Amino acid sequence: MADKSAVLWHHFDDLSHQHEANALGMWAFLATEVLVFGALFTGYAAYRFSYAEAFEEASSRLNVLIAAVNTVVLLTSSLTMALSVWAAQVGRRRMLVWCLLLTALLGTAFLVFKVVEYNEDYREQLVPGLAFDPGKWKDTNPAHVQLFLAFYYIMTGLHAVHLTVGIGIVLFLALMAWRGAYTPAYYAPVEMWGLYWHFVDIVWIFLLPLLYLIGRHELSDLHL
Amino acid sequence: MAERIIPPSTYYRVFAVLIALTFLTVGLSFLPIGVWHTVGGLFIGAVKAVLVALFFMHLIHGSKASWVMIGAGLFWLGILMVLTLTDYLTRHWLLY
Repeated sequence: MADKSAVLWHHFDDLSHQHEANALGMWAFLATEVLVFGALFTGYAAYRFSYAEAFEEASSRLNVLIAAVNTVVLLTSSLTMALSVWAAQVGRRRMLVWCLLLTALLGTAFLVFKVVEYNEDYREQLVPGLAFDPGKWKDTNPAHVQLFLAFYYIMTGLHAVHLTVGIGIVLFLALMAWRGAYTPAYYAPVEMWGLYWHFVDIVWIFLLPLLYLIGRHELSDLHL
Repeated sequence: MAERIIPPSTYYRVFAVLIALTFLTVGLSFLPIGVWHTVGGLFIGAVKAVLVALFFMHLIHGSKASWVMIGAGLFWLGILMVLTLTDYLTRHWLLY
């Protein structure tokens, strides 16, 4: 194969060997990311058990409608990312570029909704230190509520940072794809950063129930 | 590259299931089911995460080395969580 030598790095036996090594490296990075978020999830778990009532009450005051919409947005972006990898595998360059741009657009939409939600939280007096009214919490300890909210901002904030990095990378991939950098023989960057994108999606899949769904919501909370 | 290609039709089906599970888990939060909010939410979340990993992340055709790395990551996460929580969740036992 003429183009094989161009895409096979000299220290690998063949493309399959190279692909396995690429995937292994990305999974190793993701394993460290699991521990980064794992520390936060562990801290959350310790206090969720200790201050169960305050956590459930505070959780039910968060905006579940925006969270649900954002979950659908992020899952859709994972679908377009998976389709990007397929487009690269079968050599459909136009589809690859469009799917990557769509992925970045959906990721950006998620962040826009998150900003709207943070703004709502601010107006609802749900920001410890900036806008928090202890008098609104009659049945629970406001200090425990603030601890839940701290976990909420740090976990969603760190997730948003990861998503922002992902959007930048996906836009770069779209530019490279448009220039014709990826072929069915070489598309490792698309596939490996796709793994990162899906990982960020998985983090959100766990943030949704733990932050928004541990208390009971009322239909009137939706403000429809 | 020498690997199996997952067709878009599979992605569409997995996506449909993920969206359905999202509606289910959000819908459950409106029911009076107490602690099952957390248990049910985490269970549905785990099912969704496995679907994303197996199909979107191609783990179903992944190499043994990838599986070992994921197993190691989850094992370390287990150490982090179990050892921390066995401390925090049993502290009140000593309040005598």
